[in-house]
Amino acid sequence: MSIAKDAKGLAQGMAQSLMAKAVALAPDNWVPGGVPDPLIGRQHGHLGRAVSRIDGPLKVSGTARFAADFPMSDMVYAAIVFSTIAKGRIVRLDTVRALAADGVVEVMTYRNAPRLAPPPAFMSDPKAAGGDSLPVMQDDQVHWNGQPVAVVLAQTQEQANHAASLVDVTYESAPAVTAFEDARANARPAMFMGQPLHDEKGKAKAALDASAVRIDATYRTPRHNHNAIELHAVTVTWQDDVLRIHDASQLVSHTAWSLGQMFGIPEDKVIVTSPYVGGGFGGKCMWQHHVLAAAAAQLCGRPVRLVLSREGVYRLVGGRSLTEQQVSLGADADGRLKALIQRGLTAKTPSNVMPEPFILAARSSYAAETIELDVHTVELDLLANTFMRAPGESVGTFALESAMDELAEALNIDPIELRIRNEPEVDPLNGLPFSSRRIVDAWRAGAQAFGWERRSVVPASRREGEWLIGMGCAKGTYPYYRMPGGAARLTLTPKGASVGIAAHEMGMGTATAQVQVTAERLGLPIEAVDFEYGASTLPGPVLAGGSQQTAAIGAAVIAAHRLLIKELLGIIGNDSPLAGLKPDHVACRDSGLCKRDDPERHETYASILARAGQNSIEVVGEGPPPLELMHWSMHSHAAMFCEARVNAITGEPRVSRFLGSFDCGRILNPKTATSQFRGGIIMGLGLALMEESQIDERNGRVMNPSLSAYHVPVHMDVPEIDVIWTDIPDPHTPMGARGIGEIGITGTAAAVANAIYNATGKRVRDLPITLDKLL
Amino acid sequence: MTPLRYARAVDAQDAVLQATTGATYLGGGTNLVDLMRETIERPEKLVDVSGLAVGVEETENGGLMIGAGTRNTAIAAHPLVRQRYPVLARAILAGASAQIRNMATAGGNLLQRTRCAYFYDESGSRCNKRQPGQGCDALGGFNRNHAILGASDACVAVHPSDMAVALASLDAVVHTRTSKGERQIALTELHRLPGDHPDIETVLEPGELVTGISLPPALPRSTYRKVRDRSSYAFALVSVAGAIDLADGHIRDVRLALGGVAPRPWRAYRAEDVLRGGPIGKVAFAAAADAELSHAQALRDNGFKIELARRTIVAVLDELTGDPA
Ligand SMILES: Cc1cc2nc3c(=O)[nH]c(=O)nc-3n(C[C@H](O)[C@H](O)[C@H](O)COP(=O)(O)OP(=O)(O)OC[C@H]3O[C@@H](n4cnc5c(N)ncnc54)[C@H](O)[C@@H]3O)c2cc1C
Repeated sequence: MSIAKDAKGLAQGMAQSLMAKAVALAPDNWVPGGVPDPLIGRQHGHLGRAVSRIDGPLKVSGTARFAADFPMSDMVYAAIVFSTIAKGRIVRLDTVRALAADGVVEVMTYRNAPRLAPPPAFMSDPKAAGGDSLPVMQDDQVHWNGQPVAVVLAQTQEQANHAASLVDVTYESAPAVTAFEDARANARPAMFMGQPLHDEKGKAKAALDASAVRIDATYRTPRHNHNAIELHAVTVTWQDDVLRIHDASQLVSHTAWSLGQMFGIPEDKVIVTSPYVGGGFGGKCMWQHHVLAAAAAQLCGRPVRLVLSREGVYRLVGGRSLTEQQVSLGADADGRLKALIQRGLTAKTPSNVMPEPFILAARSSYAAETIELDVHTVELDLLANTFMRAPGESVGTFALESAMDELAEALNIDPIELRIRNEPEVDPLNGLPFSSRRIVDAWRAGAQAFGWERRSVVPASRREGEWLIGMGCAKGTYPYYRMPGGAARLTLTPKGASVGIAAHEMGMGTATAQVQVTAERLGLPIEAVDFEYGASTLPGPVLAGGSQQTAAIGAAVIAAHRLLIKELLGIIGNDSPLAGLKPDHVACRDSGLCKRDDPERHETYASILARAGQNSIEVVGEGPPPLELMHWSMHSHAAMFCEARVNAITGEPRVSRFLGSFDCGRILNPKTATSQFRGGIIMGLGLALMEESQIDERNGRVMNPSLSAYHVPVHMDVPEIDVIWTDIPDPHTPMGARGIGEIGITGTAAAVANAIYNATGKRVRDLPITLDKLL
Repeated sequence: MTPLRYARAVDAQDAVLQATTGATYLGGGTNLVDLMRETIERPEKLVDVSGLAVGVEETENGGLMIGAGTRNTAIAAHPLVRQRYPVLARAILAGASAQIRNMATAGGNLLQRTRCAYFYDESGSRCNKRQPGQGCDALGGFNRNHAILGASDACVAVHPSDMAVALASLDAVVHTRTSKGERQIALTELHRLPGDHPDIETVLEPGELVTGISLPPALPRSTYRKVRDRSSYAFALVSVAGAIDLADGHIRDVRLALGGVAPRPWRAYRAEDVLRGGPIGKVAFAAAADAELSHAQALRDNGFKIELARRTIVAVLDELTGDPA
């Protein structure tokens, strides 16, 4: 599926010339002047092969154990009672009937819950995992509509559910701000990860006013809820003084640390494991259910299983916040951007630090002469919002890339051509060179594969029967991230190697891809490599977020690999063919080490270990600080193409074809990558056409907390989705790869909206694009 | 869910005997069990009637008799239904999902309850249907899916069934039984408009069992069109069931019913009156639609349904009067 086989670029050639068949050590940092990871140039090994998921057989046979599958003796089941007011306090909480119900063991409320410190809110500390910083069941205060106010524990789930319906709560409401409009006047500048969400280059307003052609429009995106198919669940027990949690998590170590803080115990007394996760997307972080289950287990002295109902997920797991974005573009007659302004509002709560950062994509998208980007936030008394697949870019590209389409039309320039004309040479804001940016290749290959030349320039000019047909495109983008601090344990035995790292497999194929990478790096067959992950007891931590796991694990394994080679050479003795060699002189090949420029001088790992009388070697390496991010502007891109059909009578919008053409560095496993890309695009179709959390502004209550009322695409909404990619490695990342988990959802909504415009001549600027907006 | 007793009825008479105070009939359970989980329905006893009156048979007058326990899938797949009543087969197949249709029974489908979000939110919202006199939070809240016809100040919820809309257009008759005997109710009379008592949804007496649905002989052409927010597995925003008999370039007879717009399957008598005996063509169709919708009332979010219904009525009439495909 590579679309640029002949254009693999300098990086690869460079790397290839460095090595024969053996794999040398990778660099220990990524800074200018350094060598690329030797794996970048590997052509016929494990990398780039469509290896099926190693966890596939376990999942299809139902033997993979998810958080709610772990049996424990003497376990009780929990059911939560949720508040029904947005703000105020509990004045009466009657648990008598619930306690008397069959099978009920205990009812936990703020009155009898163990005393706990408040949760450390995500981003307030490197290992903080909490969705917000509100105390969990510690007092009579209610902070949002849906806050847990009681937890019923019973012998069976059904008994717990029933008894929960018998808990009687009376509230005294306090004034709450639950309507966006009511909060608008109190907007404040937004901070994201310690930085202001504000950028300026030149005088954008003045440049806009002076531009020959201008676009100025407001775009709106609604709230979204997380809907991973696996419900959030924990099975929890206290074993002596150790808190043991079977979790569905994308940050096990963070959760262990954070719970330790709350319960006042060291983080190594909290063991969080999460071998399989049925979808994360930013939603499987630490929310109140973890805390409530652990507290309840302490209170009743028995293991507790807490599985949120679907409604429960909507009531206590945050989702994506709404945005109102104003985009102004000014261009000269040739379409060169003179001004790019994207600014607007989003909502958060007083107790979290997550403004939906919708300007991120605009920071590096286009070579505008002047740029002004800004996010302001208002605070509402709702459940805290959080990260959801490509926070920022997913909804930010909807506005920016819709506006680019509007500009293309105003200029009468092909929308792809307009984007290519505005391709920057260097990062438009910070001036850094790009580590690798081949979006133009992706545009051209995508346009050809999709048949873009068949698009009618005149909107509403193609019709088949009742259906108006149109094509649209948009650019997706997602940055390369690598968070500091990831460490990996590498264990070598005569049989092979095993990697241990507190990383996560949420169905993306992480374990599979990392086994491929490690096998390649060590010159081992795939079957000889084991990947241990998803446990807070392992070295790490590696957060499964920001599409950064691949790079973070890659860098940690590289560091461990260097240590391993050093250790091996240290025990090698004088009789080895490798005697006297230094780490930089050797390489890995055929289950052993060889001299780099003389691969025949070789000894297997098994033989080295045997001669030294050792059964294994174990090292822990820590990935270097992500210096590459200081030297290059690092971003993936996607050219998204959509064909949409809109029923001329009923307005029903349907997507009939979609193609994503990606530039994401080297693709490690085309099979799992395809699924990631497609899954992201499908989620993007939902974002474009149907997803919306309906929060009643009168009382802040989610009114569609079920998959029947909250629409996501069903099979019939999803057409054949083509995905292609440049496969051009990024010379400045481990393996030449950049993460691919989130980019699929970016650009997609704009491509759909632009296709709908082309089909109908109607520009819909607020999502979701439902039929009433097209009548 | 509240603890309860369960009993399986052996026949209709047994069912009626078992249906004492506090008991509820159980069909496929696809609606009732959901509502029990939400504690909106709290029966003390379930009388399972899903095994009774199963099957579709031709009647002497050339119509059909559908047993109340017949699964939705079986009705839609029945050759006589497909040949003579395509409107019914299409309506059923446009509803829910294959799995739900495999479970759902004819009787249960007719008597399924509204999907109004405020009705469903037992603990957090007010609803006159659930609790008479409590008030209606849908009036000032999310009501994009709600009624434009037949609603009242007390309730603006819609009846969600697709199948029942087709049946309304077919002049179906509902056969019931109580301990006092049997009776027949026109399907269009089965559901009550909410008025001041949205909690009373049908004319059925407590314990009255639906035993079957009979259909008179079909009009020559019929179809069902459902407009919704996604391609499948979504309730109708607007649906139109239509059946027609043409003669010499005019409309001899016509039946139209609307779904997704009213508290009950909405037989469009006004539109029919405009059309019957009249000419074929867009002008007449639009006039008929306008006649039906002249009393439509929009709420905060559902004004689009009036135009959507108008267009869909015209499109269905177009389809029924065009060249047979
Ligand atoms: C996610 C979802 C999506 C859906 N989408 C659609 C859709 O698009 N279109 C659509 O039309 N429907 C849809 N449905 C609803 C579905 O059609 C109904 O749930 C189903 O038809 C009910 O039939 P049942 O036999 O399961 O009824 P039950 O749930 O068993 O009963 C429903 C009611 O009927 C009563 N009842 C049952 N049988 C009798 C009888 N013989 N006599 C008297 N009373 C009786 C019960 O007491 C109960 O009050 C959907 C349902 C779900 C869950």
